[in-house]
Amino acid sequence: MTAALRLSGIRKTFGRATVIRDVDLDIEEGEFIVFVGPSGCGKSTLLRLIAGLEEITAGDLFIADTRVNDVAPAKRGVAMVFQSYALYPHMSVFENIAFGLTLGRHDKAAVAEKVRAVAATLELSDLLDRLPKQLSGGQRQRVAIGRAIVREPRVFLFDEPLSNLDAALRTQMRGEIAALHQRLGTTMIYVTHDQVEAMTLADRIVVLNGGRVEQVGAPLDLYRRPANRFVAGFIGAPAMNFLPVAKLPPAWRKGGGAVTLGVRPEHLILDPEGPLAGTVKRVESLGDSHLLHIALEAGGDIVLRGQGAADVRSRQAVRLGADPGDLHFFRDDDSAISRA
Amino acid sequence: MSGRPGILFFLGVGLIVLFAGFPFYYAVVSSFKSGSDLFEVTYLPMFDLANYRAVFTEQPFGRNILNSVVVALAVVVLSLLLGLLAAYALARVSFRGRGLLLATILSVSMFPQVAVLTGMFEMIRAFGLYNSLPGLIVANMVLTLPFTVWVLTTFMADLPRELEEAAFVDGATPFQVVRLVFLPLMGPAMAATGLLAFIVAWNEFLFALTFTLTNDMRTVPVAIALITGATQYELPWGNIMAASVIVTAPLILLVLVFQRRIVAGLTAGAVKG
Amino acid sequence: MVQARIGLAKSGLAKSGLASQKVRAALWFLAPMVLALALAAGWPLGRTLYYAFTDATLSDMADHGFVGFDNFWNPEWGGLFGDAKWWRAVGNTLVFTGASVGLETVFGILIALVLNRPFRGRGLVRAAVLIPWAIPTIVSAKMWGWMLHDQFGVINDMLLGLGLIEAPIAWMANSATALGAVIAVDVWKTTPFMALLVLAALQTLPGDIYEAARIDGVSRLRVFFRITLPLIRPALMVAVIFRGLDALRAFDLMYVMAANNADTMTVSVFARQQLVDFQDVGYGSAAAALLFVLVAVMTAVVLTLGRVRMGAAR
Ligand SMILES: Nc1ncnc2c1ncn2[C@@H]1O[C@H](COP(=O)(O)OP(=O)(O)OP(=O)(O)O)[C@@H](O)[C@H]1O
Ligand SMILES: [Mg+2]
Repeated sequence: MTAALRLSGIRKTFGRATVIRDVDLDIEEGEFIVFVGPSGCGKSTLLRLIAGLEEITAGDLFIADTRVNDVAPAKRGVAMVFQSYALYPHMSVFENIAFGLTLGRHDKAAVAEKVRAVAATLELSDLLDRLPKQLSGGQRQRVAIGRAIVREPRVFLFDEPLSNLDAALRTQMRGEIAALHQRLGTTMIYVTHDQVEAMTLADRIVVLNGGRVEQVGAPLDLYRRPANRFVAGFIGAPAMNFLPVAKLPPAWRKGGGAVTLGVRPEHLILDPEGPLAGTVKRVESLGDSHLLHIALEAGGDIVLRGQGAADVRSRQAVRLGADPGDLHFFRDDDSAISRA
Repeated sequence: MSGRPGILFFLGVGLIVLFAGFPFYYAVVSSFKSGSDLFEVTYLPMFDLANYRAVFTEQPFGRNILNSVVVALAVVVLSLLLGLLAAYALARVSFRGRGLLLATILSVSMFPQVAVLTGMFEMIRAFGLYNSLPGLIVANMVLTLPFTVWVLTTFMADLPRELEEAAFVDGATPFQVVRLVFLPLMGPAMAATGLLAFIVAWNEFLFALTFTLTNDMRTVPVAIALITGATQYELPWGNIMAASVIVTAPLILLVLVFQRRIVAGLTAGAVKG
Repeated sequence: MVQARIGLAKSGLAKSGLASQKVRAALWFLAPMVLALALAAGWPLGRTLYYAFTDATLSDMADHGFVGFDNFWNPEWGGLFGDAKWWRAVGNTLVFTGASVGLETVFGILIALVLNRPFRGRGLVRAAVLIPWAIPTIVSAKMWGWMLHDQFGVINDMLLGLGLIEAPIAWMANSATALGAVIAVDVWKTTPFMALLVLAALQTLPGDIYEAARIDGVSRLRVFFRITLPLIRPALMVAVIFRGLDALRAFDLMYVMAANNADTMTVSVFARQQLVDFQDVGYGSAAAALLFVLVAVMTAVVLTLGRVRMGAAR
């Protein structure tokens, strides 16, 4: 099986700072890959290395089995959608989409036909004569996507394409990008901060931290079987609760060098028989669900997420429990003890 | 800062305007006076065009204006062209020696003109360009190119990086990026820089004085400086004032119209640098 | 790095990544500019420095001999350092630079402070202030030459009318007033440049410091010296340095107002007179070279200080 994209020992340094550290990654044809990670972890840099906008310091990058380290961006068969859209401000929507095609020796009529076809699928047909500044944020985003599609790339690269849009538009555009992926079946690599985008769009998520790949896997895999404490804490909102095992009642302990227990807020339940005791500090109601912030008797705080409305109040004493199958344990070095 | 401007403030403003504007106003007034009227100080204009006619008939002033226009325009076009390309390299590409190159360019703009006079004279004669417009164009580049590069570089550095990168992903070459993406966006900067370069070349005196010989190759500043009368002691002030007004009026108009742009260009060159 | 890449290109092993593509393009883009500057500035400057050590004459520059440092110092005929006329020119240049830049700075700040206050018609006033800057130096010189005319000049007329002087003054013919008159014209012409730069600096200042100062009841003068001036100082220094370096090479104004008059002769005028009028290329080049060295040293000092300060700020 040949990979659409293969990163092998990729490293990137800016001066003395190492920003990407020995990243290995195989991406299959047609996959939708999402890079997530905290700000500054190197997501954009990794994407730009793939695009050819930054020079790879060490390692090899293959696109369709060809080593492309020294190949110019345009010749890699990639198309990129930037966070700021990067539309050419002085060109009309038509010219923006057509720009890449007009650079080569293309037949004018053929270019126009292609641009119109792409515009039609993105519902931009009526806007072709407008300048970018005369468009709404969502329309600009569509033009940027159109500019990528028209090049018929082997790999689409998106760098936080929706982060400048408001919440409603984001949801809509997310759906459109998912539909686009289904329709084209092209490999896509997508950088985002947004967990929901990552979970809903991705075939596989790549979690980056400090320039390193922490874990690669399907969204549910990462959620169920985080490889380490970082991934466990990063995937899922609100974040997983961590408690030192030493302070826990015996029922929640585990051998094999486990020092930290992790339990997701949605897996905690109020249970009069539960092993943990605490006091409700604050109740946050989200409508369909609620969050309880609880100070534990054993020390430390914990968050519980329950369905519907809360039936406890602030300052009320409660006991908590969870299905043992939903508990995560981590070693001293933050690696997870694997679960069945 | 605070409070409403008082009488004293407006008096100050009036004084500033008078100080700035009076000399030109007085030149206009004088340019309309001929004969013995000139030797009586008056502050209100009359309209006698005799001096203006004389300027064009007693010397090849039309030709001088044409020379100035040709030299200044050529210098502007060349400076902007070379400056734009260089600005891309200096603002958008990191290479070793970039800082040194920028510092050198800045230093050249500080050269005293006389310091290149000897060598330039020798070179211009060697190329057979003495007493010709091409010679002046080359010489003027010393004055305009450094600051053109400098100002365009600061403007170019401010354009968003993603635009350039989008174009590269689209398959553009660096030259196409400059021509198709940056150049159209640099319009205001090019206008401001071009205007400054035009004014510098239009006003240049020392090179034009030294590298031309005959009346019909002179540019306007030299022509005005060398207007002489019947005797050495009786300068035809009326003609000189008329010529001065002719060459200054368009500049003042340009400055009034493009005030904002000029200020932007001047401050970009000086403050940011 | 650049050189290494050229080496690669020659050996046919050129990388084609974006960074190397850009560096290669940068070389081509810089070449015309560097070539033009080398041709129009570098080479002529080198020749001037070369001729400074020769006895070349304008009529036949090729026929010359080496004279070492004679043009600068020669025990028999003096050289520049023994030439009273040159020393006079140096003195004039320094006085001109100090006085005109000093006055321009003061007036520039005053005008900028006035223009920084919002009032009706401010745009028009700002445009009017730019007028002297737009007028060619030669034209300014002629205009003022006419206004300062000893018999028919409007300046004398005004001063007589105001009773400030008894008899017309021959401004340019009088060695006591000639340099002063030239300085006045330069101040008139270049103050707008200073005012604009100061104004630009003023407009970057946040308004709330003034609010705070006003609430504290600090007097305006103190606000200016304690708050405004320190804040605009960096921009002001840049402007003063630019103007100072510019004034050191002044030529046009004094040449047109007073030709080769010793009272107003600057080093630039001196050098040109030697070069062109006296055809003494060696001696004139020596004078020009000294001026260049002075300006170059000052530029280098300024650039280095600027870099040091920028480095410290980081
Ligand atoms: N051109 C550069 N020169 C020096 N350092 C850089 C450069 N570009 C990025 N970095 C550094 O590399 C690190 C990774 O940056 P990158 O933009 O890839 O982060 P990111 O994960 O995309 O962050 P964000 O989510 O905020 O966009 C950061 O610490 C950044 O400061
Ligand atoms: Mg990023």
